[in-house]
Amino acid sequence: MSVTILDNDNFEKEVLQETKPVLVDFFATWCGPCKMMAPVIDEIAAESDAYKVCKLDVDEADEIAEKYGIMSIPTIMVFKNGEAAKSFVGVTDKQALTDALK
Amino acid sequence: MYDVIIIGAGPAGISASLYAKRANRSVLVLYSGESQIEKAHLIDNYYGFKGGISGAQLYSDGIEQAKALGVEVLNEEVLNAVMNASMNYEISTKQGKYEGKTLIISTGNKRLKPDIKGVDDFEGRGISYCAICDGFFYRKKNVAVIGNEDYALSEADELEHIAGSVRIFTDGLPAPETEKYEVVTGKIKEFSGDAKLHKIELEDGTSYDVDGAFIAQGSAGGADFAKKLGIVINGNNIKTADDMSTNVPGVFACGNITGGLLQVCKAVYEGAQAGLSAVNYIKSKEKKE
Repeated sequence: MSVTILDNDNFEKEVLQETKPVLVDFFATWCGPCKMMAPVIDEIAAESDAYKVCKLDVDEADEIAEKYGIMSIPTIMVFKNGEAAKSFVGVTDKQALTDALK
Repeated sequence: MYDVIIIGAGPAGISASLYAKRANRSVLVLYSGESQIEKAHLIDNYYGFKGGISGAQLYSDGIEQAKALGVEVLNEEVLNAVMNASMNYEISTKQGKYEGKTLIISTGNKRLKPDIKGVDDFEGRGISYCAICDGFFYRKKNVAVIGNEDYALSEADELEHIAGSVRIFTDGLPAPETEKYEVVTGKIKEFSGDAKLHKIELEDGTSYDVDGAFIAQGSAGGADFAKKLGIVINGNNIKTADDMSTNVPGVFACGNITGGLLQVCKAVYEGAQAGLSAVNYIKSKEKKE
């Protein structure tokens, strides 16, 4: 599946109301380590339809980033049934992310 | 521009430099401080040294061996390592800046997390290990840098233009030489707050309101560079593939920083592999160009 781009307005519908597990990559365009995470996020998205994969630019969707207390990027959160189930701070191994989506 | 820049001059870094240099590549090794191997009184389980050899002797012999082969070996402390737009690596030391096509991290292992209560609880919620990555979240806020050496001052300099105030906390160690920043030398009891970090409490009972604390104790270690470059780390170790590559293209790691056996033989093997892998990486990049 392709990656969904999130903003302040579509977060509720795309993440919180989604019935499948959702991975959200909180990133910024100026963040070097985030660029290392990007291809991994794309790979995870392409591998399965069992979950949804989203990217959230913390400068664009600042209200959401603030709401979830994002103060370090990349932060990757997994949501299940509208709840934040798991959070990973920093560049994270692909396996750990796909395990969290199960 | 160097073909290979290596941080660390222990058995892993020097071994990597020998293999890269013998492949006719330009190699720079940067090192500072005491290597773990120098503390070994006698190494008597390393192949070929009948009667053993002192760690300090093996260490200095290694550096001499690399220099004799034409490797540049400089005693300069690395403060920062970043990838630039052309996918090369810029390494800043106190003395200068160097650019390399590849980077090998062989710094040995240093504990990344300080042993202070609350560090784990507030990681990503006020505790950070990278000023250049996370400074932006602390615009006009009060931040602390935990440390007392050049690395701490360098992190403070990154934050100075963004944060409202920058204070240095040495956690009981002597104050660094600076007139730019307020320095607090008391021993830290704990980091406290609610969902986010709000306070640094000292053992003497005083406390300071902070929104963020950047960990920069001692000199920057391999895991610190890894965080800044976006390399996957497990605990305090850099994760590598069999060819010693990391998830970041052109960056390799070897020796104690990758975990496993903390032995010279393992460091030497990984160094050799990292040196060869760096050369192969440059070759394949050259082919594409």
